Amino acid sequence: MNLVALQPLFSTLWVVWFFVLFTGILIYVLAPKRKRGFDEAGDIPFRDDPRDRLS
Amino acid sequence: MAVAGYAANQAGTATVARHEPYVEAPIRAFAIATVFWGVVGFLVGVVIASQLAWPLLNLDLEWTTFGRFRPVHTSAVIFAFGGNALFCTSLYVVQRTCRARLFGGENMGWFLFWGYQFVIVTAALGYVLGVTQGKEYAEPEWYVDLWLTVVWVHYLIAFGGTILRREEPHIYVANWFYLAFIVTVAMLHIGNNLALPITLGHAKSYGAASGVQDAMIQWWYGHNAVGFFLTAGFLGMMYYFIPKQAERPVYSYRLSIVHFWSLIFLYIWAGPHHLHYTALPDWAQTLGMVFSVMLWMPSWGGMINGIMTLSGAWDKLRTNPGLRFSVTAVGFYGMSTFEGPVMSIKAVNALSHYTDWTIGHVHSGAMGWVGFVTFGALYWLFPRLWAKKGLYSEKLVSWHFWIATLGIVLYITAMWVSGILQGLMWRAYDELGFLQYSFIETVAAMHPYYVIRVLGGVLYLSGALIMVYNLWMTVTRGESEEAAALPVASAMPVPAPAE
Repeated sequence: MNLVALQPLFSTLWVVWFFVLFTGILIYVLAPKRKRGFDEAGDIPFRDDPRDRLS
Repeated sequence: MAVAGYAANQAGTATVARHEPYVEAPIRAFAIATVFWGVVGFLVGVVIASQLAWPLLNLDLEWTTFGRFRPVHTSAVIFAFGGNALFCTSLYVVQRTCRARLFGGENMGWFLFWGYQFVIVTAALGYVLGVTQGKEYAEPEWYVDLWLTVVWVHYLIAFGGTILRREEPHIYVANWFYLAFIVTVAMLHIGNNLALPITLGHAKSYGAASGVQDAMIQWWYGHNAVGFFLTAGFLGMMYYFIPKQAERPVYSYRLSIVHFWSLIFLYIWAGPHHLHYTALPDWAQTLGMVFSVMLWMPSWGGMINGIMTLSGAWDKLRTNPGLRFSVTAVGFYGMSTFEGPVMSIKAVNALSHYTDWTIGHVHSGAMGWVGFVTFGALYWLFPRLWAKKGLYSEKLVSWHFWIATLGIVLYITAMWVSGILQGLMWRAYDELGFLQYSFIETVAAMHPYYVIRVLGGVLYLSGALIMVYNLWMTVTRGESEEAAALPVASAMPVPAPAE
C-alpha cells in the first residue's frame, strides 16, 4: 500500500467531505431556531455610529 | 425591531465603555490614494486604448509602448485604485463592526499606507523600464513581491487583531469577506511568485514552475485575484455600505452567510477556464468550466441579497445618487457573473477567447462593479471621514453617475461587437478550406470599435474627474459637523437600527 495507490480514494473522500461540510453549514445557517440571532447580526452596522443612531 | 432585546442583554454584560477613538487619519490617506490612483489608472487606460486605435501614440519610445503601459493600467486600476479602496474600507468597516480600535493603532495604519504606496510605485517604475515577470496581473519582479508580502502580513495582523479584540460577539459578514480576501490573496501571491533571482543585485528572476504547471499556477492565481481581490473584497464593501446607505439591514443575513461559503468553496477551482484548448489536460479544463458555471449561483444569490436590501426603500435611489452607484454596481456584478460562466463554457470560449469580448467582460466587471461600488463607498465615506454634514454637490454625483454609465455602455458594447466580429473572422474558411481573412484584415475591421472604446474611456475618466472636484470641494468647503458627533469606539449599548 503506497500513497499513490491511495490517491483515488482520497480524491473521492475529499469530494464527500466537502459535500458533508457544506451541507452542515447550510443546515446550521438555515435552522429556523437561529433565524432571530442572525437577523440581529444584520443590525451590527447600525450599532456604532452616533450620527446614524440619531437619524 | 428584535435587536432591542439583544442589545438590552448586551447592556447588562457590557463593561466600562472604552472611549478610544477609531484610527482615522491613515484611512483618510487611503481614501485620497484611492481617488488619485483611480484617475491615474483611468487616464493610462484612455492612453493605451488610444494607442490601439492610433498606433502613432506609442511615440516610438520603448517606455511608452502599449506593452509597457498595459500593466501600468491594469495594476493601477486593480491594485492601486482597487487595493487602496479595499484597505480604506476594510480598516474603516472592521473597526466599526467590531467596535474596536485598529490593532496596532495609527502607526500600523501609516505603515500599511506608505508600505502599499511604495509597492505601487516600485512596480509601476519597473513596468515602464521593462522589468517584468511576464505573468498577467503578477508582473512585479521578486523584490516588489517580497516587500508586498511584508506589507500584506502586517495587513492580516492588523485586521485579524482588530477582530480578536472586538466588543461585538458576532463577526459581521463584511469582515468575513474582507478576511477571505486578505488570506487568499496572501496564499495566491506567494504561490504564484515562487521564483529565484539571478543574483541579489539583479532584477530578473526565474519561476520555480515551468510549462503547463506554470500556466495552471498563473491562472489559479489570476482567476482567484478576480475572485478574492475584485469580488470577495468588494462584496465586503457591499455588505456594509449598501445597508448603511439604504438605512436598513441586509435583505437576508442568512443568505449572506450561504453566499460567503458557497463562493469560497467554488471560486478557487474556476481558474482552468483560462486555459481551454491548451496543453492543460482536458479533465482540468472541464473541471474549471463546471466550477465556473456553478459559480453563477452564489454570485446571483449575493446580487439578489444586495439589491433586495432596498426593498421598501426604492425611493432612495431617486434621492441618493451615492446609493445609486452602489446598487448599479451590484447590477453590473450580476451581469458580469452571468457573462463569465457563459464564456467559460468550452464551445463559447472557442469563439470568445483571445478576442476583445474578454476585454469587454473584464471591463463590465471592473468599471461597473468594482468602480461603481467604490464610488458609492467614497461618496458615503468622504463626508464622514472629514466630519462634514454632507457632500458639496449631490447634483455632480448624478452627473458622474450618468456620464460614467454611458461610458461603460459604450465600452462594453463596442467590445462585444468587436470581439465577436474578431472571433468569427478568425474562424471563417473559404470553400477551398483556406482561412478567409488575414490577421491584418481583422485588425482593420476593429478600428471603429476601438475609437468607440476610447470615447467610453474618456467619459468614464471625465466622470471620475467630476468626482475629484466634488470630493475636493466637500473636504475644503463643506460645512463641518459639530465635534460632539465624532464617532468613538465604545460599548454603546443603545441600539437603533433604521426602520
